[in-house]
Order: sequence, then C-alpha cells, then structure tokens
Amino acid sequence: MNPIELPVVERIMGANDDLALRNRQTFDAHHVHALNVMSSPGAGKTTLIIRTAQALRSLRSMAVIEGDIASSVDTEKVRAAGVPAIQINTGGNCHLDAAQVQKALGELSLEGVDLLFIENVGNLICPVAFDLGEHTRVALASVPEGDDKPLKYPGIYTAVDALVITKTDLLPWVPFDLSEFRRLVRSLNPRIRLFEVSCVTGMGLDEWAQWLVELTIRECKAPWAETRQIR
Amino acid sequence: MHELAITESILDIVRRHAEQAQARRVLSIRLVIGELTGIIDDCVQFYFDYVSRNTIAAGARLVFTRPAVELVCEACGHPWRPAKADWTCPGCGQAKARVVAGREFYVESIEVE
Repeated sequence: MNPIELPVVERIMGANDDLALRNRQTFDAHHVHALNVMSSPGAGKTTLIIRTAQALRSLRSMAVIEGDIASSVDTEKVRAAGVPAIQINTGGNCHLDAAQVQKALGELSLEGVDLLFIENVGNLICPVAFDLGEHTRVALASVPEGDDKPLKYPGIYTAVDALVITKTDLLPWVPFDLSEFRRLVRSLNPRIRLFEVSCVTGMGLDEWAQWLVELTIRECKAPWAETRQIR
Repeated sequence: MHELAITESILDIVRRHAEQAQARRVLSIRLVIGELTGIIDDCVQFYFDYVSRNTIAAGARLVFTRPAVELVCEACGHPWRPAKADWTCPGCGQAKARVVAGREFYVESIEVE
C-alpha cells in the first residue's frame, strides 16, 4: 500500500501512568498518603526520612520504599531506625517507575501506615517524568550543592509540591544566597511549599513534620495533576 | 538515561497502532516533546534504532516537534516565553507563572505502508 499517515495522539508515559493510578488506588484503599522524594545524590534524603520518623514517632506511622541503582545500604539504615522499609534495586536505571513500586507494594504491608515515603534514585532529571502514584512530590536541595540548581534543572522545581532545603547548618560556611534561591524557586513554582531544615541541629524539622501530619488529615489533590494532560 | 525507558514506550505505542492498521512497515513517527521534559532528540533516535531492530518499526525516522516553554502570568495575564530559569513576570514583576506549553509528551502520528 502507499504510505499513509495514521493519527495516534497517545501519551508516551501512558503505560506508566496507568500503573501509577493503580498504585494510587492501593494507597487510597489503605488510607496511606504517599510521597515521592527526589533530589540529587547526597542531598540527604535518607537522613531526612530517618529524622522525620523520629519526629513523627508518637504521631504517625511510616513506611519507606528505597530506590537505588544498587545495594541496600539505605534500607538497612532506615530499618535500624525502626521503620519498615523495602529496597528496590533499579539495576542501572536512573529513576523509579510505577511498575517497580507496584512490585515493592507486594512485599510491604500498608496496614496501619499513615505516610509512605518513596525515596527515588538520586537524580534531578529522570525521576520527574515517572508518576509513581504518589499524592505529594517533594524535592530536596542541600546547601553545599549551591544556589544555582534551579537555573540548571528548572524541570524538577516546576513539578514538586514542596522543596526542603537541607543542611542549613552549613549556611555560615558555604556560599549560598538563600533569599535569591527562594526567589528563583518561587518564580518557577508559585505554589511550592518551602522548608529549611538541618538534620544535625534539628532546626526546621518541627515545621516539616507538622506539614506531613496535615497531609494525612486533609484530602490532598496533587496540584501537578493538570500537567499530566496530554495537551 | 531515561531516554531508553521512554523509547521502549514509544515503540510499544507505535507497534500497536501499526499492527492494528495491518501495516507492513513504519516509515516515520511524529513525536511532540516539550522543552520542559529535558529529553534529547538524538538520544531517543539512537535508542530507537537499537530497540526497534527486527520489528515493524525498524529503520523508522523520528520527527520531533519541540514546543518551547510558554508561560502566562496569573496575576496580570501577560503571556511570555522565558529566556532563562527566572520566571518572574516581565510585565508586573510577580511570581505567578503558569505553564501553558512545554510539557507536551506524546506520539502524534505514524506514517506506515
């Protein structure tokens, strides 16, 4: 036959997004609020999760899905802190996807869990494209990484509900213009919630923990849902 | 690196549509991928040539449309295309930008025979 043009108009991420929807239904059925935690490697995701579990201990119960290219180092740390955790090894992949999370959910009991932290692979680019079924997306930016990250990786800042600036105890020692950083991030995402935290001194952890408690109370519609539309 | 996973998704979509149409071969694939997605064209074509070997889409040419980021200020209604990653409104100076283009990510059409 002669060449013909067939209209398709189908989302490239459609297969992932369908699985993500199923994950979200699983979370909702168990009254679990799920968070997708993203940052570059070394920004302090695991440490923040452990300190959060300590802050919430008597208030809310937590579980963690750990995504890493290799090893179970982070899972061991989280379990040692008394939090149930499951490891996903992506085998070289730079991000988690909804299918991997679905598989991990088969091994993790959500009974009685209020907050599920999904710690993504350390990477500021790839994880943003993959909906895991989370209700809330959180990014971390650590002070020693520098204040120019929003200029280099604008995508992630536009796609998250909250940003936690970590390692703020280093502010006196590292050049980091906090007010310019906050201004840039807010210009990219006017609705973003900003937190400043030091897991060494504990500063800012209360406010962060309070926000998490509120997430488990109110119905939270993901503000970025609109961005998943095809056009 | 996630271009590989994305390329596999593209191939799945293309194969399904081509087989439904009982096509013999896919000649080209039109993709609409907004600037904000951070996807690199060459990378996708490279992976596509690899994953599509021995399929109905082997040798297909990928044709990219890359919509630029377009914003509109929710405070004053000013539309603009940002030249840098500071999305403060050039009209009124407020940080109220809403993305209206640049996040597109879909297969638009395929050319088959």
